[in-house]
Amino acid sequence: MQEEMEFFQLTVDGEIVTDIDVRISYNHRGIEKLSEGLQFDQVPFLVSRICGICSASHPLAYVQAVEEIAQVEVPDRARYVRTIINELERIHSHLLWVGLGGHFIGYDTVFMWAWKYREPVLDLLEEITGNRNNYGNVKVGGCREDIPDELVPKIQQELDALEKKTEMLTKAVLDDPVLHARLKGVGILTKDDAVQFAVTGPTARGSGVDIDVRHDDPYAAYSDLDWKVISQPEGDVFAKAVVRLLETLEAVKMIREALKKLPKGPVAVEVKEIPPGEGCGHAEAPRGETFHYVRSDGGNRPVRHKVRAPSYVNVPSFKASCIGESIADVTITLAAVDPCYSCTERMAVVDSRKQVIHDYEGLLRLSREKTARLKKEIGAPEMKLEDI
Amino acid sequence: MKQEELDKRLLEVEGQLIGIERTAANRVYLLCESENVYPICLFLFDTLALRFVISTGVDAEHCFEVLHHFTDDACGCMVTVKAFIRDRESPEIESITPLIAGAEWIEREMHDILGIKFRNHPNLKRLILNDDWPEGVYPLRKEVQR
Repeated sequence: MQEEMEFFQLTVDGEIVTDIDVRISYNHRGIEKLSEGLQFDQVPFLVSRICGICSASHPLAYVQAVEEIAQVEVPDRARYVRTIINELERIHSHLLWVGLGGHFIGYDTVFMWAWKYREPVLDLLEEITGNRNNYGNVKVGGCREDIPDELVPKIQQELDALEKKTEMLTKAVLDDPVLHARLKGVGILTKDDAVQFAVTGPTARGSGVDIDVRHDDPYAAYSDLDWKVISQPEGDVFAKAVVRLLETLEAVKMIREALKKLPKGPVAVEVKEIPPGEGCGHAEAPRGETFHYVRSDGGNRPVRHKVRAPSYVNVPSFKASCIGESIADVTITLAAVDPCYSCTERMAVVDSRKQVIHDYEGLLRLSREKTARLKKEIGAPEMKLEDI
Repeated sequence: MKQEELDKRLLEVEGQLIGIERTAANRVYLLCESENVYPICLFLFDTLALRFVISTGVDAEHCFEVLHHFTDDACGCMVTVKAFIRDRESPEIESITPLIAGAEWIEREMHDILGIKFRNHPNLKRLILNDDWPEGVYPLRKEVQR
């Protein structure tokens, strides 16, 4: 599978990146093969472990594919519960990214604060599903657990607090001159390249390609809610940051509305047999479209189960966004598509003239030094964003 | 594009297909022999401007199948090109990477784990398998036990 260790080898001429090569699959888990050995109702537990952060969207995409084969209509309440869990996942994932992005460019306070705001979201997920990650709540035909009605006021309350803090964070980022200087025009992925590399999610929406599965092929309860697809035309790191921050606020609104409209009734229907056939399920994970293809021969296990996580198409776009950039900007450009951050731990740079090898620590230092330099040039007050 | 319009446009490649299947209102499968896969994908990606999602390689009983999944984000319709490779001994099919850069990894992956060769692929080296993995063992084939 995709969300794991990756190795990037950059070839540079002085400060400028001239080529990039990526190796993945140091830790291949063979999930597609494993899935062929599990029964249809066991697979959601397997695919939720593909990625600890996207552990709501993978099983959702899978069950949608199976529900397509079996032509199952899930109850209304289940559609809403699925939506709420998936949007909570988006909030905690985007906040995680904002924190890491801050860390990479030397704003460690942003890292601390963003992760602090993220914490109550994980607690809410634990209260709803029993787990902070790997929720195991979705199943073919609906959901395993309901959201208890008495929990709704508490979720609303947490959302109010979270919204205020995220708004503050968003405003601080949008108004900060150092961040403008540091992130604008950096690591641009043009609209044409975004289409050529078939990227999805905030990586595509940050390049002006306004695709979003929630809007384009609505599932769960998304078509019942009032929300908008966020996109930015610039294609640089700043645009991707803006998309994620605004999406977090949009997700808060969506959950609030979904809680208000939460229909009464059961959260699952019984599904006995999965007939022969094939189905395509997709869901908008925080990083983009998660796609699952399932084929059944009428037995109790899938004969083929294909999984495509969004990073699998987003990561190769580095070929377009990193070449020609300076090495101080590569860390944040790579991080801007929000791959699993273990990937940057293994980054190495080969200087074609000097044979110098920079490791992750060195690249991080270069990135943070550039921010500090810009801060000085602009004459920005030392604490601005850190004060929030 | 609207669903009805897309359905009509898809008929333009009907001559190169061996069948059209529909599993839901917005799920269409275009069945073809492996020789025709490139022109069909060219039509979907270039002419209709559909988005490439990913490909799936399947070890079916009497053949291999390569499925290229596309989607029209305007109407949410998923169009899958299902190409049959009849030669099980040395499976080969035209690469679509020269057309769609985003297909590079998945074709390398199918080459690794199913042993399907992609003609005209610009960089058909290993992606998934370790460098010391034995030649000729394809882990996703049905004969390989878990």
